[in-house]
Amino acid sequence: MDFSFTIYIVLIPLFAFLVNGLLGNKIKDSVSGYLATFALGVSTLLSYFTAYHYFFNVGKVDGIYQKITAFNTTWVNFTDKLHIDLGVLIDPISVMMLVVITTVSLLVHIYSLGYMKGDEGFTKFFAFLSLFTFSMLGLVVATNIFQMYMFWELVGLSSYLLIGYYYTKPSAVAAAKKAFIVTRFADLGFLIGILFLSYTTGTFDFITLNEGASAFAQAAPLGFMGLSVLTWSLILIFIGGAGKSAMFPLHIWLPDAMEGPTPVSALIHAATMVVAGVYLVARLFPLFSAVDAIALEIVAIVGALSSIFAAIIACTQIDIKRVLAFSTMSQIGYMMLALGVSGMEEEGTGFMGSMFHLFTHAMFKALLFLGAGSIIHAVHSNKLSDMGNLRKYMPITHITFLIACFAIAGIPPFAGFFSKDEILVAAMAHNPIYFWIEWIVAGLTAFYMFRLYFGIFWANDKKHEHAHESPFSMTLPLIILAIAASLVGFIPFNELVTSDGKILDIHIHWDIAIPSIAVGIVGIIVAFIFYKKENSWPSKMVKIFGRFYTHALNKFYFDEIYMFVTKKIIFKRFSTPIAWFDRNVVDATMDGVATVTNYFSEKIKGIQSGQLQQYVMASITAVLIIVFIFNYLIS
Amino acid sequence: MIEGIDIQHIIIVSTLMFFIGVYGFMSRKNLITMLMAVELMLNSININFVAFNRYLHPENMQGHFYSLFIIAIAAAEAAVAISIIINLYRNLHSIDVEDVNKMKH
Amino acid sequence: METIIFYIISAILIVFSVLTVTTNKILRAAVYLLFTLVATAAFYFMMEYEFLAAVQLTVYAGGIVVLIIFSILLTHQINMDLEKSDRLKKISSALIVLLGSIIVIFTISKYPFIPGSGIEDAADTSINSIGRQLLSYGEGGYILPFEVISILLLAAMIAAIIIAKKEKE
Repeated sequence: MDFSFTIYIVLIPLFAFLVNGLLGNKIKDSVSGYLATFALGVSTLLSYFTAYHYFFNVGKVDGIYQKITAFNTTWVNFTDKLHIDLGVLIDPISVMMLVVITTVSLLVHIYSLGYMKGDEGFTKFFAFLSLFTFSMLGLVVATNIFQMYMFWELVGLSSYLLIGYYYTKPSAVAAAKKAFIVTRFADLGFLIGILFLSYTTGTFDFITLNEGASAFAQAAPLGFMGLSVLTWSLILIFIGGAGKSAMFPLHIWLPDAMEGPTPVSALIHAATMVVAGVYLVARLFPLFSAVDAIALEIVAIVGALSSIFAAIIACTQIDIKRVLAFSTMSQIGYMMLALGVSGMEEEGTGFMGSMFHLFTHAMFKALLFLGAGSIIHAVHSNKLSDMGNLRKYMPITHITFLIACFAIAGIPPFAGFFSKDEILVAAMAHNPIYFWIEWIVAGLTAFYMFRLYFGIFWANDKKHEHAHESPFSMTLPLIILAIAASLVGFIPFNELVTSDGKILDIHIHWDIAIPSIAVGIVGIIVAFIFYKKENSWPSKMVKIFGRFYTHALNKFYFDEIYMFVTKKIIFKRFSTPIAWFDRNVVDATMDGVATVTNYFSEKIKGIQSGQLQQYVMASITAVLIIVFIFNYLIS
Repeated sequence: MIEGIDIQHIIIVSTLMFFIGVYGFMSRKNLITMLMAVELMLNSININFVAFNRYLHPENMQGHFYSLFIIAIAAAEAAVAISIIINLYRNLHSIDVEDVNKMKH
Repeated sequence: METIIFYIISAILIVFSVLTVTTNKILRAAVYLLFTLVATAAFYFMMEYEFLAAVQLTVYAGGIVVLIIFSILLTHQINMDLEKSDRLKKISSALIVLLGSIIVIFTISKYPFIPGSGIEDAADTSINSIGRQLLSYGEGGYILPFEVISILLLAAMIAAIIIAKKEKE
């Protein structure tokens, strides 16, 4: 059936952005908010319809989900072989992402109607939200890698605009710049990878790349260090994805990006932008598994390293949004790891687990961030030390936050358990080390999330006079997401989204599930003991860990290392000489041309002196010369 | 027709007078002396016309009449030039040609 | 006889014109100009154009030179010595003039002038015929330039008056 209506899913938010952006001054705040929300609601309904139609009606041919190009148009045509298209690709992961992005974006829009009320740049905020949604939707439905790259950069731009939304705060401006620059730097690797890839394979198009994966891998020439050029291109592309997904060591922008408003953090840094890297690897997964195994190993190592690194740091942070940021980094590490340990066809459990976890993580992480926003809205502070005993004042926030914490800790029957279980199964099948690392991370996750939970909603009452439950526009998304976080675990992902479109045969491995549930419960109990009531356990643990605790509290000094390298090495040794050259040589040449011209024109302008006799002299001389020439030289 | 004189002699005389007038125009500083040099040039032209008429075409009087009209025009032009010089003198208090240089770069 | 007179008059002409353009005192330049004009009139007399000579003496020598002398008086130049022009101007203009005269004289001496038909066919130069020709339209008539000249003189008169009149206080 014709899926060409899916182009509207992408274009409707663009339209909302243009209207809000161009007419923002002239329409009332509430009108712009409702317009953006309504537009996104239409997009959401269209994506649900697409999902229903694709997964249950027409998507399957012979039991395999097809990749359908719903819409493709040539945008720039260089030659027959080299052309850049724009289009919409419908296949299981893109439809899933459409559902995730539009749902979370719609809920964030509704939430922002309440959260950003009264703010001066209300219309601007909604315009930027629509721009971001448009860019992200364009990214996931891309038919070719170049279109994905273009929308990738658009997503980076929208996130810059949204993080730096409070543009009068210097810390917010710095955070926006940091996010943009770090991801842009990673995108250099992405671009080089794209160029290698398309040069070796001769095409940008995803369907062509994925179907001919093994043929391309065998035909690719050998490159650096014995790996084929195709492998290197995929590694470089992964670097781009790692930057956008805040993987180690390109993670430094994610904690600072919490300077943006909380709905922005929920949308961008929980559900959508940070999973773009995971989506990229998933999109090119047949190629990844066809080339040398080192490519997927690198993905797995980076994922595992990021998840444990972030989990350790998250245990020490006292700003609620920073804890959630590191938790995001850790969970994305899970998704990357799952992709890294996966194979195709029957060994595709990791792929399916990664996509499943992406889906469930979007739900509960968005719920966590929106709940955090609700709490911050009530106590007007981000710090854990200013919060306590809020369960009396904010019941809805309390219950939904608790559900989300259970989900992230992997307690059944909430969603996180099912997706995490698949990942752990895949990890164990590939290499037990990965399993044990992720098992530790699961325990730490439960610990720090419940540390947060108990610290906010139990512990000592800080006597909040103004704390009250948030308005309905803010609690409605919380409730919807809580229901989602409880129920989506039961969606049969193994039938819908797999590495090759066929149904994957799985069942619950109790020898993996029991230890993971156990370590989760241990984490919860430790947090209960430490944090439910104020006591001396936390400070004793700090003393035991001593130096290690201080390092973790300072995020292992990565920010300082980067600042040192940029300021002392790059600025001093590279940028300053280049700037000097530019100013004194290049500019001086241009100025020199102008100065010389000026000098000569000053000298020449004396000819028009206004002196009558000079003019006469000149004309008579000219006449005589002409007479001479015509009479005697030419005859 | 003057007995014994070829036309070339008269023309050489008038040429010399013309170029002396050009020299006077280009090298003098006072506006009135420049005007006098212009009169020299005009007179030399008149001699030229009359000589051509008398020697080459004595049957008609064209050169004669041209010279008549040139004299009339020269008179008119001298009158207007003098009035301009007087106006200039009133405004600049000098009739040095190097002071009249407003139309420059 | 006539040749000798011709040479004398041309010598006078050249000498006085040189003096006109090189002298320092302005009144003397005007007087030398006067002598030049009188010599020109002598030329016209020698070529039997008496009317033209008379007009030359009346208008040029009697009108324009007097006008020039009046302007000298009006602009208070009569007592001043003319400032010397700078060397560069004099030398460069002398060079140009020399060059020009050489070119022209060379060209003229090369050109074969065909003399006219002689005295038998000479036109009538009496004032009677001049007057008749001046006012006749048709072949050889000069009525049109005559009328135009009269309008030109009118315009010149008006222009001279307007340009030189004093501004009202």
